[in-house]
Amino acid sequence: MNKSEILIIDDEPQIRKLLDVILTSNDYKVNHAENGKEGIIMAANHPPELIILDLGLPDISGHEVLKELRTWYNNSIIILSVVNNEIDIVKALDNGASDYLSKPFRNSELLARIRAAIRRNQIPIQNSILNFNELEINLTNRTVKKNNEMLKLTFTEYNLLILLAKNEGRVLTQQYILKEIWGLNSQSETQYLRVFIGTLRKKIEDNPNKPSHIITENGVGYRFN
Amino acid sequence: MILRNKKINIIHQLLISFGVIISVSSVCFISNDLIGYKIVTLILLMTVSIIAMLFDITPVLLSAAFSALIWNFFFIPPIYTFHIENIEDLTMFFLYFLIAMIHAVLTYKIRNTEKKVRDREEKEHTIRLYNTLFNSLSHELRTPISTIIGSIDTLNENTKFLTPQQHNDLYIEIENAALRLNNQVENLLNISRLESGMLKLKDDWHDLNELIFLVIEKIKKQNNNHSIIYFNNEQLPLCKYDIVIIEQILYNILMNGIQYTPYNSIITITTFYNQPNIEIDISDNGSGIPEVNIPHVFEKFYRIEHSKSGGTGLGLSIVKGFVDAYHGKIILSNIENCGANFKIQLPLEVSFINYLKNE
Repeated sequence: MNKSEILIIDDEPQIRKLLDVILTSNDYKVNHAENGKEGIIMAANHPPELIILDLGLPDISGHEVLKELRTWYNNSIIILSVVNNEIDIVKALDNGASDYLSKPFRNSELLARIRAAIRRNQIPIQNSILNFNELEINLTNRTVKKNNEMLKLTFTEYNLLILLAKNEGRVLTQQYILKEIWGLNSQSETQYLRVFIGTLRKKIEDNPNKPSHIITENGVGYRFN
Repeated sequence: MILRNKKINIIHQLLISFGVIISVSSVCFISNDLIGYKIVTLILLMTVSIIAMLFDITPVLLSAAFSALIWNFFFIPPIYTFHIENIEDLTMFFLYFLIAMIHAVLTYKIRNTEKKVRDREEKEHTIRLYNTLFNSLSHELRTPISTIIGSIDTLNENTKFLTPQQHNDLYIEIENAALRLNNQVENLLNISRLESGMLKLKDDWHDLNELIFLVIEKIKKQNNNHSIIYFNNEQLPLCKYDIVIIEQILYNILMNGIQYTPYNSIITITTFYNQPNIEIDISDNGSGIPEVNIPHVFEKFYRIEHSKSGGTGLGLSIVKGFVDAYHGKIILSNIENCGANFKIQLPLEVSFINYLKNE
């Protein structure tokens, strides 16, 4: 029984109803707001553990709501919108959205994203060892093991892996990754990113053609599972 | 011809006509001794006729007058004067002038009538296309909606009488109908992007191998009755493209293959870099596409007669539009004793940086 509180900000009654059924049947406590201003007030009065935000709201744009919320709200915000072009997705992620899901969505996907987002709310455990199924990353020694066998990663591959792994379950935009790994001026050099993602996958994935750890979000970035 | 006229303005038409007349007259003038000045009338008349076929009425009338004067001045004795001595030449001069004018006016009228007919045909074509669009759309949208409403009514009203298997079947029907609707909406959005001319390509570096595997996985989630085979091509360079567009090209062709080949068919994808093109070959082992239909499959709302329902009639025209946006080529052919083969050639910018393993 988790009973985490979720605030839905969406102007479509059908979507609110649907989310209400999905979420309450999965033991979440749900509140609704039907426009941006109401959503901001509700979040301020009673900060939820997660906000599900639509981008197309009748009063102020979801991007504005997101910026406003992010001035003080630190828990996860998932964008759930019919808008599915990469520009808006990247903009939302840059403005502090934790994740993005476009309508129509599948329940299992939404619930998985919600679980991951709420998990990330909890204060990060200062573990020096990160585990992802068969993968084990030791942050102190800078070593990576797969099925208990040591992997040989290059300096950049390791940094890339750490950046992704520390943000487990969350989409990192390619601009963000480029900035973090290669510095400010290499934002247009996506070709390096593709190469290193490729070599990293060959080392850590069972089947690099069907990656299970480093997931590509087309035109947006990568997500680590 | 008409189309070309519209692009050339009147002044240019006039200059070109006069230039042609002057050149023809010069040639005639040089060979005047050989052919005689009376034949020159016919040659000039022919020149004016040709001009009448190509250009608007004003330059043609002026050309007729101009050529008459040239003939008078340079050919009718006494030459280098506008004076005409004998009555035969005078008659010929006026007849020439008259025939040239009549010719100009008649040609103009014929062309106008032609244009009207063509306009009407074009309008009819637009109406026909609109009707096809309307019928096809209402069919493609209403069928899945009917399925959803019907299934839900059945589930609501006959709960007690349905076996668990029937329940399950209805849920699957609803799911399929919704996915089909979603697909159709996606196609409509793409078509309007193409037709509004608002398609902006957001090119970036991508690994085509990765994209192909991604599309295959996406399709497998929706449909598991076909096998799609692709082997990672290590020789392929990184290429620069809009991932959403190329994904849609691959998705639509693969979905087309799945739609029109029997269950358990195999679809094979191969890729090459054949400078300056990235080539993607998609072939299936179905029964191929009737040769008569091949030239039309990329047309909007074109459906092969008696073909299985469920397609959108838009998928391949979107593919064509997107391939064109990349100045690429798509060729459809049948492989003997095998199925259809789509060959896509895209002149994309490539980078071999993925061969450099050093840091």
